[in-house]
Amino acid sequence: MKLHGIRVPHKKNTAECAPVRMAVPASVTIPMSMHIGKPAKAVVKRGDKVKVGQLIGEADGFVSSNIYSSVSGTVQKVDEMTASNGAKIACVVIAADGQQEIFEEIVPPKVKDFDSFISAVRASGAVGLGGAGFPTFIKLGVKDLSKIDAVVINAAECEPYITSDTRTMLDKGEYVFKGIEALKKYMGVKRFIIGIENNKKAAVQKMQALAAQTDGVEIHVLPSVYPQGGEKVLVYNTVRKIIPKGGLPLDVGVIVINVTTLAFIAEYLETGIPLVEKCVTVDGSAVKEPKNVIVPIGTPIEALIEGAGGLKCDPAKVLYGGPMMGIAVPSLAEPVLKNTNAVIVMDEKEAKPPKTTPCISCGACLNHCPLRLDPRAIARAYKLQSGEDLEKLCVDLCMECGCCSYICPANRPLVQTNKLAKIKLREYAASKKAEQEKEEK
Amino acid sequence: MNKLISSVSPHVSGKRTTQNIMLDVVIALLPAAVASVIIFGWRSLLVIGVCVASCMLSEFLFEKLCRRENTVLDLSSVVTGMLLAFNLPVTIPIWQAVLGSVIAIVVVKQLFGGIGQNFANPAITARIIMMTAFSGTMTAWVTPEIADVVSSATPLAAAAKGNKDGMPSYLSLFLGTHGGCLGETCALALILGGIYLLARGVISWHTPVAFIATVAVMSFLCGKDVLYQVLSGGLMIGAFFMATDYATTPSTKWGKVIFGIGCGLITILIRFWGNLPEGVSFSILLMNILTPYISKLTQNKPLTGGVKA
Repeated sequence: MKLHGIRVPHKKNTAECAPVRMAVPASVTIPMSMHIGKPAKAVVKRGDKVKVGQLIGEADGFVSSNIYSSVSGTVQKVDEMTASNGAKIACVVIAADGQQEIFEEIVPPKVKDFDSFISAVRASGAVGLGGAGFPTFIKLGVKDLSKIDAVVINAAECEPYITSDTRTMLDKGEYVFKGIEALKKYMGVKRFIIGIENNKKAAVQKMQALAAQTDGVEIHVLPSVYPQGGEKVLVYNTVRKIIPKGGLPLDVGVIVINVTTLAFIAEYLETGIPLVEKCVTVDGSAVKEPKNVIVPIGTPIEALIEGAGGLKCDPAKVLYGGPMMGIAVPSLAEPVLKNTNAVIVMDEKEAKPPKTTPCISCGACLNHCPLRLDPRAIARAYKLQSGEDLEKLCVDLCMECGCCSYICPANRPLVQTNKLAKIKLREYAASKKAEQEKEEK
Repeated sequence: MNKLISSVSPHVSGKRTTQNIMLDVVIALLPAAVASVIIFGWRSLLVIGVCVASCMLSEFLFEKLCRRENTVLDLSSVVTGMLLAFNLPVTIPIWQAVLGSVIAIVVVKQLFGGIGQNFANPAITARIIMMTAFSGTMTAWVTPEIADVVSSATPLAAAAKGNKDGMPSYLSLFLGTHGGCLGETCALALILGGIYLLARGVISWHTPVAFIATVAVMSFLCGKDVLYQVLSGGLMIGAFFMATDYATTPSTKWGKVIFGIGCGLITILIRFWGNLPEGVSFSILLMNILTPYISKLTQNKPLTGGVKA
């Protein structure tokens, strides 16, 4: 069986642009929530002097992540900001002094065994850098290590434009393999699979050369069919197993980790410098010179664009991430987050939403959905507000990859409908559960 | 600073639109249109023009009347008009062609909700209604202008009557120089159009292959002339252009195969055991009615793995 997908224009304009380090911005805004889970608790206050790598937000609860200062300078305020999804979240605004002094208490972590390894990963502030932002220490902190048959390293980078993972492989390939060694040593993993799309020839070659010197590493060169990097798709295309609905890759004996996340962990084990900066691809039709830049986390998008060479014209739409699954940001003041791998700035022409016309029942959506959902039927069920039908249609399986909307000749907003349908299904499931409980009483 | 656009992902879309799909179908129908003019003369062009114009006009007026969004520019009514014209004899009175177009667009398409909502193929249904209403003019086959046969009967009518002399040669069948509806006779032009649609990804091969193969196999099993059956009647236009209509046929691969086989079987039943010499139109209409059931039967199964609660 082959999973469906779509061919999207690659637009990997920046694949050959080695990242350049940008001048430190005047100030950074670091949100306390850049991960899935509970926001971190700010542990600094106005006027505090901070240095690079100093803890400013402490993980609050189990599913949470530490947050460190990305600049040296003075805390201007601990404020509230509106995130791109509209939620109000706490943030720490730091005026940078431009010195970028490293926090003196930083030392490489002492790692002897699995537990100390997981604590180190937790302390590093690592989250899924591919975009999901799930705290990495939870993903790696597997209770029963014998359940892991393989670690799949996600280097597919299937979104158009983005090349930051490609740069990780080219510039920090050694760290990817040091990360593999660490997982071997502390977690006892024996099999590693690096999944890369075939449009990244240089990265494939580099990974193959390094893999030749390491035991147990397979390089899977995958066709450039979007969404090759979707977790479920990648796991199926590498180990031929389907992750059960509502389950995790571990249910089929796999851990999936983004290539940049893995390289970062290896680097952290060596230096002890936590996650404070990111390599970000700056591209899009409004950008003067597409490039990869390394910036402190919290750098406002405005400063990022300026530092990367500025814009050709007024921006019409700005995205965190790629054009298929990226999030449109409400303003240029939004900061670069831990899981920001690209900032795409579109001009008016590229951003112009296509005209929606009536559905012609061509079936392109259901014939291109990697998870074999039927977006047309989901849209109908949503229109009828039928939770029962939505449950049968498994809308909760949808990963919002965007294939359906992309391929739709009528340009129906199918992903949007799926998102709404998921909310409807959750409401339906909750009310069904409440009713059942009532009956039991 | 101007305001930034905010919207749900994806932020790009593919190049395909309803309009350019329909344009592809129109392009695919052009060889057959040209062939009809060569075979049956300039009146074919008049009939095609009248059908296209009245389909577009009735779509425009009906949508205006119902205050629906205007969809004339999506070109689907042009496709309906061309297909309807192709299913009429060249001698059809103009007023009947106009009436047929109005039936196709207003009754079969718009009354059911417009594009994508109709359950039956507009052109085919209109043709069947016209065959019932105007059985005389609808079967007034004329001898093609460049014909090599004298009989004006269609090849299938000739074959049904056992009229060996009236049966055209394979070459004549392939080129379409024999009696029949103005756009259905030239297998060559229709196959060219079909290949274009396949190459452009507008249709998939499943329906036409299943349809034509079923007719071929069944003809063989029934001891009939396979090539003759495949090349005559409305099979080519039906298999490539009508049985592949999006709204009225299943969307899944297996659904399309079942649909094609069903069409083939009904066509054979009507041709060999029915009262009518030709059954392609009826077979597609009947299968249109079964489409929701076939769709349900062949629905994609979501990849839930072993479902975890």
